[in-house]
Amino acid sequence: MNGQPCVNTAPLDEILARYPASETALIQVLQDVHRAYHYLPCDVLVKVAEVLDVPLAKVFSVGTFYKAFSLVPQGRTIVRVCTGTACHIRGANRLIEEIERLLKIKSGETTEDMGFTIKTVNCVGACAMAPVVIVGEQYHGSAQPAKVAKYLAETEAGHEN
Amino acid sequence: MRIESAAAYDEFHRRALDSAAAHRQEVLVCCGTGCLANGSMRVAETFTKELQARGLTAEVGNFTKRTGCHGFCQRGPLVVIQPAGILYTQVKPKDVAEICEKTVAGGTVIPRLLYKNPADNKRVEHYGDVPFYANQTRVAMRNIGKIDPTDIADAIGHDAYAGLVKVMFEMTPERVIGEIERSGLRGRGGAGFVTARKWRACRNAEGEHKFVVCNGDEGDPGAFKDRSIMEGDPHSVLEGIVIGAWAVGAHEGFIYVRDEYPLAVVNLTVAIEQARQHGFLGTNILGTGFDFDLAISRGGGAFVCGESSALMRSIEGKVGEPRQKYVHATDKGLFDRPTVLNNVETWADVGAILLHGAGWFAGMGTEKSKGTKAFSLVGKVKNTGLIELPMGMTLRDIVYGIGGGIIDDRPFKAVQTGGPSGGCVPESLLDLPVDYERLAEAGSMMGSGGMIVMDDRTCMVDVARYFLSFLTEESCGKCVPCREGLKQMLAIYDDLVAGRGKPGDIERIETLAAGMQLGSLCELGKSAPNPVLSTLRYFRSEYEAHIVAQTCPAGMCRDLTAYEIVPELCNGCHLCFKACPADAITGETKKLHTIHQEKCISCGACYDVCPTEGAVRFYPKNRPAENREAV
Repeated sequence: MNGQPCVNTAPLDEILARYPASETALIQVLQDVHRAYHYLPCDVLVKVAEVLDVPLAKVFSVGTFYKAFSLVPQGRTIVRVCTGTACHIRGANRLIEEIERLLKIKSGETTEDMGFTIKTVNCVGACAMAPVVIVGEQYHGSAQPAKVAKYLAETEAGHEN
Repeated sequence: MRIESAAAYDEFHRRALDSAAAHRQEVLVCCGTGCLANGSMRVAETFTKELQARGLTAEVGNFTKRTGCHGFCQRGPLVVIQPAGILYTQVKPKDVAEICEKTVAGGTVIPRLLYKNPADNKRVEHYGDVPFYANQTRVAMRNIGKIDPTDIADAIGHDAYAGLVKVMFEMTPERVIGEIERSGLRGRGGAGFVTARKWRACRNAEGEHKFVVCNGDEGDPGAFKDRSIMEGDPHSVLEGIVIGAWAVGAHEGFIYVRDEYPLAVVNLTVAIEQARQHGFLGTNILGTGFDFDLAISRGGGAFVCGESSALMRSIEGKVGEPRQKYVHATDKGLFDRPTVLNNVETWADVGAILLHGAGWFAGMGTEKSKGTKAFSLVGKVKNTGLIELPMGMTLRDIVYGIGGGIIDDRPFKAVQTGGPSGGCVPESLLDLPVDYERLAEAGSMMGSGGMIVMDDRTCMVDVARYFLSFLTEESCGKCVPCREGLKQMLAIYDDLVAGRGKPGDIERIETLAAGMQLGSLCELGKSAPNPVLSTLRYFRSEYEAHIVAQTCPAGMCRDLTAYEIVPELCNGCHLCFKACPADAITGETKKLHTIHQEKCISCGACYDVCPTEGAVRFYPKNRPAENREAV
């Protein structure tokens, strides 16, 4: 993480003020940090460890254990492909392949311009509409590989506005 | 306003009913996750505008009611007009004006928006007559789809908290536990532990400081009943938790909600705040002097946190690793205090049981599995969605009755239940009555109520591999048998699906499975081999085909399967051309299409879209060209 510019700590101060300074609040704090920064910046974790009085190693342990957290910056739009059982048997793999092909990155990676990150999710609980792709906040049920380009274009257009 | 007596509750309940009765009709728009994805929010907004513009607000009130999930997600957005009970499916904003004019104002039905029963191609007018709904009995989901989950008055009008009022003014904690015991209620999270036994153990445990916890970390892929309950009727969950807290003597509680369920967090937060304002939560509940408060704890996206001891560690802000169970949570659970942990659906059942009596609940179901159970019926079935049924209904009635059969009337292969801890139940057991015992005997389990229907195009080796890969990723890594066993098993499966299977693989899998069952620390590891063992038990021939002949009978394992177009049958519809992600198909409309093997990735997209039976076929990749018979 060397050479990474220091992040703005204003959102962090606000987050920390919302919770008691104890280990119990750790996951909730990290969740809010993730929401504010779209990942867990290293220097933010150092400050969280200090304020909550939790060893830094423990903060990293929690930060790497839970799937909701990422230690590297994420794209502006997260493309989540559900890989729950229902989605799996209704062709989630084909969707992943098509998204990977269009964005020229692998699942788990972020495009160079930081526009998109592809993630697979174990189940988003929308199994009746399997397979499901979520682009940003938008759910696409009964998703088809042929329509993936359209799903992505909708958000890219959103970025430019 | 705070409610502080049974009389005050009755008064509030009566006023809620009066205000509902002031309008002759009600427009309900499903705003569950499924319908929202299909655009139901815009449908609801358009309704509100249209009704106002047409001066119909006196008729239906000032707003359109946005309800939780009606269950029939596949046909969403769903709109129900009450009291006529007319169900419109797949409603678009452009349909709204017509519905307002013809149905709300004119009292007539619009046939094209009604559900068409695929069995006889007839349109069904009423909600209750749609086969998907007609065979259901709803307890935990009693108010979902009827109420606006963000309006406590609406919920009270539908008897929310009536069970709590009865309990606190008419019953003792001991009697409450006795009633739950007589109802036969067992854990709806999957393992089926007797609820009353947990409650009694916690009540009798030493220590003043006790907790109740609601497990809303519904991690089984393919299950979403808890999500729908938390989103669609959060008050039923809160009511159950407060009753449980009162019965065991806890003053603090947590609802642990999956990170992937943002709407559930929003609706629960609103419900908790409203319950506090009305005196159902917080200090001096219902004026009885009993204090209990509840916080939401958001999960971090780890499957293992659905395991109770891991979940409690996670609430404590720690890494969610399970611990050994010789110390019971009811003695030393959350923060080492006596704790009762129940699933969302279990909590949602509690209020109804106490309101209607143990006998009513125990009157449904089978000998050892009482009451009703929620399932998500998904996969390759015509009607997908959320259902609740009395225990003991057969799989056949569920899949072919409620589910309407398999998509495109293909052959049924299996139903997967119990998520990664469960198994696949084959066609020969279609008449199995679904309850805890029967599913366990069949090598599966109840689990979170996911029922994933599979057809002949589902490869059972691939399904087992899918669960192994899921569990390998989700194993917390604490104990060796689970962590390493899964990894080794997955490596064998990677070989099987790639045509590198060897004699002895099945036996190696079985040895590993036995070791994991015996040596793993928590239930996640102990039950991890179940999908493997159940597919081996019922679909051994598919394994043998992969190992001996290196073929995949379902045509799903890409390294073993090739596709081709049968020239005599291709009518040039061009659909396969459009569906092919690898540009491996050439051909023009109304002319013969061809698959170019050097480009084909064997994904099967052409096979699935082809409308002409037999025009696209698959065959084992390793079979010589002159001897190509479809598998």
